[in-house]
Amino acid sequence: MNYKTTDVSSLFLLPKQKKRELREKVFEIIFFLCAALSILTTVGIIGTLVFQSIPFFQEISILEFLGGTRWSPILKPQDFGVLPLLMGTILVSVIALGFAVPIGLLIAIFLSEYAPPKLRSILKPILEILAGIPTVVYGYFALTFVTPQLQSLIPNLMIFNALSAGLVMGLMITPMICSLSEDAMMAVPQSLRNAALALGARKMEVSTKIVVPAASSGIIASCLLAFSRAIGETMLVTIAAGATPKMSINPLESIQTMTAYIVQLALGETPHGSLEYNTIFAVGLLLFIVTLFINLIGHLLIQHWKEPT
Amino acid sequence: MDSSKFNLKLNNDSKNRIVKGFIFQALLILSVAICLLGLGSLLFEILREGLPWLSWHFLTDFPSRFPEKAGIKSAIFGTIWVITFAALFIIPIGVGAAFYLEEYARKNIFSKILEINISNLAGVPSIVYGLLGLAVFVQFMNLGRSVLAGSLTLALLVLPIIIVISREAIKSVPDSHKNAAYALGASKFQVIQKIVLPQAIPGIMTGTILALSRAIGEAAPMIAISALVYITFLPTTPMDRFSVMPIQIFNWISRPQEGFKGLAAAGIIILLIILLLMNAVAVYTRNRTQKRSEE
Repeated sequence: MNYKTTDVSSLFLLPKQKKRELREKVFEIIFFLCAALSILTTVGIIGTLVFQSIPFFQEISILEFLGGTRWSPILKPQDFGVLPLLMGTILVSVIALGFAVPIGLLIAIFLSEYAPPKLRSILKPILEILAGIPTVVYGYFALTFVTPQLQSLIPNLMIFNALSAGLVMGLMITPMICSLSEDAMMAVPQSLRNAALALGARKMEVSTKIVVPAASSGIIASCLLAFSRAIGETMLVTIAAGATPKMSINPLESIQTMTAYIVQLALGETPHGSLEYNTIFAVGLLLFIVTLFINLIGHLLIQHWKEPT
Repeated sequence: MDSSKFNLKLNNDSKNRIVKGFIFQALLILSVAICLLGLGSLLFEILREGLPWLSWHFLTDFPSRFPEKAGIKSAIFGTIWVITFAALFIIPIGVGAAFYLEEYARKNIFSKILEINISNLAGVPSIVYGLLGLAVFVQFMNLGRSVLAGSLTLALLVLPIIIVISREAIKSVPDSHKNAAYALGASKFQVIQKIVLPQAIPGIMTGTILALSRAIGEAAPMIAISALVYITFLPTTPMDRFSVMPIQIFNWISRPQEGFKGLAAAGIIILLIILLLMNAVAVYTRNRTQKRSEE
């Protein structure tokens, strides 16, 4: 529908009306610019990361960066292989998902299929609290509570380790998986459940064989978004996972993630514009590409689930 | 056919299914319990460590090398400065963008790209915004490690949140109200100004508060902008250096001496209380408006 003044009236516009037409246009442009700022932000992010890492990639080849197995940008002999940072990131994220995917899914099934409405209305806000706690608080919790507790079970656990950071990160991203998956499960039509119940299926069978498969694209999307969140998580791993980049899948040791490295360098006294300084933009670029890729797939899946045409 | 054998088998089968169902239910309740236990022990640990360190002087003193003298004053004021400026940026821009997307944008490729772009921006790691702010605001625009650079960075970071929630609020204004105004000859902007905006304000407020409470807790981008500063003065202009509460907490966590652990926990208590209050206000405004629309 088009609500603009008709052509006839625009033939004999009074000065006041002209002013009104002008104001209409001006505000449309202002609102448009506000929305366009989000495009500018994306352009700014990509531009910054690419532009600032060009000097780095002029000295270090992309192959050396992506294929190298030793990361030591400051201590000599210098090496700029990003694989140890990538490995650390993946190790912590996989531990986090190993905790959050089963627990988040089970909670989602509980909330959507089992819990009476009253219990549900109490549990949901409590779980939302977990999502609202700043990550620096989770870092504190991992370092001062979870690590000492785990150390009493696993004596050779280091103070900074991937296990404790990963588990606490799992607790942090559980609400994310839970709430998105629950939305997907709630959207499954009741008729499907009724049909299965009529065939004699038990509640558990309805949940696992009807609801979960029907909601699968929403569930997978929630896991992907949580994975990307885990990869980008910064303070928790900076505080609790250590600052030792290494090619290791031992969760008991200190490691370093891409994000933690960026913080470490941002805290230091590295002069602007030096090769060492530009590493943070190269690592940032890799981090951005990885998370963007996972997010895009996640959003595509959500769209697929919302409009399955 | 041996029917008794058949019956026995069926019984075993259904018994199995009942047992499985019980185990499954136990697993469901167990996972809820694990989550609640995690949250509970987190809050308990922080209160246990932090409460002994909470005192009036903790709020009114500057950071110090001696834990018993240290306070969080400069970080609280830094947070207030940064958040205030961030709010000044995100409210007009976020609401403007939401109006464009809901009221003006035609269904074309460009608006599709805008939507995808906003949902992707919400998923960009916060440290990447820190790098953006560091390169663009701190260095390129030469704002230095200032309050202004920090608040601009946070504003970009939380803009998608306020846009998404404001759009929901704008969408919920009934078409009949808008059409009534159009029928009386109102222009598009007049409808937005007089009909849509007043009804959407509670939702926009909720969005603003939620966006700002996300911004208050962000440490990573602020560390990229401000570095780990030791600040014993209060900002007086937007160009001053600053610290914020998450930076101060991180600073205390990373010190090995025993006392600082308690200080960090005390700082976390203050931070969580602020966030709790903000969220309570957001939930309150949301519930009030929901009730009103049902009447």
